[in-house]
Amino acid sequence: MKSVIKTEPVLEGKEVTMQFGGLKAVSHFNLVMRPNELVGMIGPNGAGKTTVFNMITGVYTPTSGEIFLDGKPIHGLKPHRICHQGIARTFQNIRLFKELTALDNVRIACHTHSSSQWWQALLLTSGHFAEETRITRHAEEFLNVLGLSHRRDHLAKNLPYGEQRRLEIARALATQPKLLCLDEPAAGMNTSEKVALMELIRKIRDDFDLTILLIEHDMRLVMGVSERLLVLDHGVTISEGTPEMVRRDPKVIEAYLGLEEAVK
Amino acid sequence: MKLLKNFLPFLIGIPILWGIQLISPPHIAIILVNVGVNIILAVSLNVVNGFTGQFSIGHAGFMAAGAYTTAKITLALQDTLLPGLSPWLSTQTIFLMALVAGMLLSGTMGLLVGMPSLRLRGDYLAIVTLGFNEIIRVFIENIRWLGGATGLSGVPPYTTLVWVGLGAIATISMARRLVSSTHGRALLAIREDEIAAEAMGVNTTKYKIRAFVISSAFAGLGGGLLGHYILLVTPKTFTFIKSMEVVGMVVLGGMGSISGSIISATLLTVLLEGLRGLDQYRMVMYALLLVILMLTRPTGLFGTHEIWDVLSRYFPKRKAVQKA
Repeated sequence: MKSVIKTEPVLEGKEVTMQFGGLKAVSHFNLVMRPNELVGMIGPNGAGKTTVFNMITGVYTPTSGEIFLDGKPIHGLKPHRICHQGIARTFQNIRLFKELTALDNVRIACHTHSSSQWWQALLLTSGHFAEETRITRHAEEFLNVLGLSHRRDHLAKNLPYGEQRRLEIARALATQPKLLCLDEPAAGMNTSEKVALMELIRKIRDDFDLTILLIEHDMRLVMGVSERLLVLDHGVTISEGTPEMVRRDPKVIEAYLGLEEAVK
Repeated sequence: MKLLKNFLPFLIGIPILWGIQLISPPHIAIILVNVGVNIILAVSLNVVNGFTGQFSIGHAGFMAAGAYTTAKITLALQDTLLPGLSPWLSTQTIFLMALVAGMLLSGTMGLLVGMPSLRLRGDYLAIVTLGFNEIIRVFIENIRWLGGATGLSGVPPYTTLVWVGLGAIATISMARRLVSSTHGRALLAIREDEIAAEAMGVNTTKYKIRAFVISSAFAGLGGGLLGHYILLVTPKTFTFIKSMEVVGMVVLGGMGSISGSIISATLLTVLLEGLRGLDQYRMVMYALLLVILMLTRPTGLFGTHEIWDVLSRYFPKRKAVQKA
């Protein structure tokens, strides 16, 4: 994938800043993501990683700066508009539709690309039935990709933790995004589960031709899977580059281990 | 075939309702009409409170809008005969058109109230809808054209058991078809997690307003039907108490359960009639029963389950038939 000729960036953030009152959560953040890249974003707690996600997906409007998706500005758009433009996300603290089945969770995400009108549903037109069948088949496909077919009719809240995380990814994929933002998808998993998940994420990237932005706490893990890393601390990008470069960067070591350790 | 499926519930409904109307004595018929109107109200309110998870407590305001519009039209056209139709068919057609007009107006009201207020959540929305309910009532009381505090009397007796039954069937079909479609699922997503719904591409504000408009329109239908049965449309019928009565039915039946709303609307209406013998203790008993039920079953009778889902589990073969 690295050999791909440099093309227009999928996502571009220019000098993005988010200020909450007196607190600068993220300041002058710059990001360029090329097609098919898998970029990892790391940093200590409170570094502003999730804030960056929330700005990209429209939950927050940046105080200043610009964000472009395929060259089109998306900053200030509402989250559902940004989803239509092609950015999907998962949440750090799982936000599934708990009382609905796994299938319905994914089917709701398919709604974005549905051509069905609400009056068609009320009048039971044949177009409506065709659309429902299409949506259901589509959703089943995504459940299958994430290995959740056997959970089709289970309520989301009753799934084991790891499967809930996977269901969130299935749901995000069903919106057919260009860019997938994963917010700590491996949180709370054990090591072997994490490794399996990272492999899955790579596979999804290749199969669906996606660009992925990943937040992860586990340094070792994120270094194994990402082609490029971005390190945030106190809302500022302190390092950027290949995993090897970042690993040796004294600023990163300082941010993670403290100054004294770095001196040693 | 397609068309048949669309109107199948109505085609089956008409002869059955006709039969019930023929055999039921007047005092039973009154109860049945009340049950039907309350089913229309409870099921339509469930679209907002149950499916979409927004808490509206101003349903009676929309009923009033529908009732007054329908009554004004039928009163004006009482002696008009539509050309080419028999007198009976002419009045029925006028009544149908008046009901549709009532639904359109109350739906428009829903749009006007919903647009600003559905940006609010939870308690705030409840307060706004309650306020709207009172505004409508006070507004009507002060307009002479609408009869003021005494209301409109001499409303023609057009509502029959068949009409109410068809109204209830229409409301139930609407709710069932909606909830089993991708649009209904978008509403459920809003109830479950608004932020996630928005992130998955659901325009939450638009869908909340849409649910609100549909719900208000059917409240208007309920109001119109009620007015042409009690032959009187007064502001007193559409107070906050009436709104709370409907909310009580929805909560009791289970938020998000259509069958729950149907059954609790039936139970509560019959119960209120049955308790008439207790005179002033009637409302005390009624309230006490509600309290007991909420303590023992806080999710309501059915929770979010549907009776037809449970039935199809026991009689799997009948599922195809049940899918109307």
